[in-house]
Amino acid sequence: MSANGLLQIAMFLGVLLVLAKPLGWYMARVYEGKLPAFVGWMAPAENLFYRLCGVDRKQEMRWTQYAMATLWFSLLGVLAVYALQRLQGLLPLNPQGLGAVTPDSSFNTALSFVTNTNWQGYGGESTMSYLTQMLGLAVQNFLSAATGMAVLAALIRGFSRHTVDTIGNFWVDMTRSTLYILLPLSMVLALALVSQGVVQNFSAYQNVPLVESVSYDQPKLDASGNPIKDAAGNSVTEKVVVNEQTIAVGPGASQIAIKQLGTNGGGFFNVNSAHPFENPTPFANFLELLAILLIPAALCYTFGSMVGDTRQGWAILVAMMLMFVGFLAVGEYAEQQGNPAFTAMGVDQASSATQSGGNMEGKETRFGIVNSVLWATATTAASNGSVNSMHDSYTPLGGLVPLVQIQLGEVIFGGVGCGLYGMLVFAVIAVFLAGLMIGRTPEYLGKKIEAFDIKMASLVILIPPMLILGGTAVAVMLDVGKSSIFNPGAHGFSEILYAFSSAAGNNGSAFAGFGANTPFYNSALGLAMFFGRFWLMIPVLALAGSLAAKKRIPASVGSMATHTPLFVGLLIGTVLLVGALNFVPALALGPVIEQLNMIGLH
Amino acid sequence: MLKVLRPAIVSFLLLSLLTGIAYPLLVTGISQVTMPGKANGSLIMKDGKPVGSSLIGQSFSDPKYFWGRPSATGPMPYNAASSGGSNLGPTNPALMDAVKARVQALRDADPGNTQPIPVDLVTASASGLDPHISPAAAEYQVARVARVRNIAPDAVRKLVAEHTEGRQFGILGEPRVNVLALNLALNAETGTH
Repeated sequence: MSANGLLQIAMFLGVLLVLAKPLGWYMARVYEGKLPAFVGWMAPAENLFYRLCGVDRKQEMRWTQYAMATLWFSLLGVLAVYALQRLQGLLPLNPQGLGAVTPDSSFNTALSFVTNTNWQGYGGESTMSYLTQMLGLAVQNFLSAATGMAVLAALIRGFSRHTVDTIGNFWVDMTRSTLYILLPLSMVLALALVSQGVVQNFSAYQNVPLVESVSYDQPKLDASGNPIKDAAGNSVTEKVVVNEQTIAVGPGASQIAIKQLGTNGGGFFNVNSAHPFENPTPFANFLELLAILLIPAALCYTFGSMVGDTRQGWAILVAMMLMFVGFLAVGEYAEQQGNPAFTAMGVDQASSATQSGGNMEGKETRFGIVNSVLWATATTAASNGSVNSMHDSYTPLGGLVPLVQIQLGEVIFGGVGCGLYGMLVFAVIAVFLAGLMIGRTPEYLGKKIEAFDIKMASLVILIPPMLILGGTAVAVMLDVGKSSIFNPGAHGFSEILYAFSSAAGNNGSAFAGFGANTPFYNSALGLAMFFGRFWLMIPVLALAGSLAAKKRIPASVGSMATHTPLFVGLLIGTVLLVGALNFVPALALGPVIEQLNMIGLH
Repeated sequence: MLKVLRPAIVSFLLLSLLTGIAYPLLVTGISQVTMPGKANGSLIMKDGKPVGSSLIGQSFSDPKYFWGRPSATGPMPYNAASSGGSNLGPTNPALMDAVKARVQALRDADPGNTQPIPVDLVTASASGLDPHISPAAAEYQVARVARVRNIAPDAVRKLVAEHTEGRQFGILGEPRVNVLALNLALNAETGTH
């Protein structure tokens, strides 16, 4: 890799680390209810909000009440997003006159946005009205993220409190996440993105003349709309000459800012952050990338701060960072190597001062290899799922990186809230394994880890592979499952595996050639997203409740320190081992075979 | 039940108004007042009419123009109302055929040129709307454009240099050439349309 490439990556990671501490400190104050003065003036508005909602800010919830509030709130979101899509043809802010979305696609999209997945079976600019995008999808970008952060705050309280039966108030945690964290950050980011050229308007699509007209063939239709066939049974085509370009615009920046910050990832346009209006310049790309990992990284510091030992947060952040850099290196190497088949055709794929080189199919010139792979690694480390290049066209090894990161449970930074609560579950498993090895009762942060806690942690770790591998196995046995495959051979299997991994992991990125907008996949992936979100969230809340009720044991000489390099290594080992045990056989059938094929063919 | 439903419904409605209506309207208002050109799609205006967007590419196949990245949008290339990539996998025979055809088209348009072809010129962009090519891809086409237009290669090279952007702040992204802006400038320079 070029010196500039290394510099770009180092700068990105450096800025991320520098910002983690101040933002993490701020978020800890927000969840502890000790608002710093510069946002204190908003407190009366917050109190008025609780009065209208009939919420007593001081009344805390047991974990079961917390879980019920989460579920009811999410159910309302599903109903609202579904209804908006079905009724958008009758509602305002629809200058293109887009009609109702199909029931199965609406179901899928509603679950997708409420579960913070933002899997998109549809193309934004050709399907969703401005109203649906704003009032349905963008609202869920905020609220699903705020819900994840609230659940994390509850789990952290499980560690930081002792001998109590409550873990906080869902309405307060969710509202504060939105008002004090997501909304102000989104506002700043949205305006910064507009300054780079991201669109923000309510105009109809723009028509501009083409410098050189374009012609294409389309099937000729008879009066009733059926294709006309000639004597030999072939379709008759007619030449269409196009002299104008219709350019889709809309209120993009406001939605793009929160889709990145909330690790949602659902694009305003079909190709997401590869679209020049969604991600116009390298600086816009830098800001959007930073926004993907900013809150997840900072939450590690929040965690350390709230449990009263910031070293604990840094240890987790270091473990995440090390895994991230490892996966990034593999991806950058694989994509920069390019496609051996192209070299044989007289194509120059070498990196130089005047070109990025490498595997440029499905990548944008302004991002090149370095920023495309950096994005692909960040978006799947976090459960973001937005893309600035097409993962389906990656080399097999390059495409393996995002796939594996999703399958590890998106705990390398992870989604806002859900990433860190997933990682803390791995930490619980890690101390449990260490306890087994040395024959002592495992403890983490002064809490004894007992049978109930390990059962909940095991659910969190076992449910995603069950959904991913089970779903993939069913799909490859059915014709409706196989007919959506776009690329032939081993790559086709990878497409299905990626789809179920992305849905169950609540990521939302795709091997996008895959035809996911069918009743079968809309339903199957919708269910995978639902279980992948709430069947993890509920055990996590149960764990939080169980931990909060325990006594705190003072650290003794026999306690294992959980802020040392040894523990960082143990944590990384646990994440990789569990992931490898679950997914290596499936990966061998997809990307591994394809990589061997690609090399073998040349 | 009512104890959980009231906060759920009221908070959902209030937060929807705040994040779904007030927030995007506020961002739109500020953007339209302070940065209207950027917020409305960075349109290139000529005599008061838009002639394209500096962020959205157009399709070029005439040898007298610089060609941009191949585009996989349907039904025609560079369809800015329906963005999309090819999504062809690295071992898909359809990808091999597509790249071979693009290599052949470039060779046919410029038979004397035997240099290796820069990869971005024969691979489809992610969005199908990529407005840029690499400086290497522009240099590959300079001799052809100069010959067809009957002007000195150095005059063309000068225009290319004027439309080349370096890395942002000297560090970020990749150097690139805006194809539409370059071709519009070529037309203006030589008086063709």
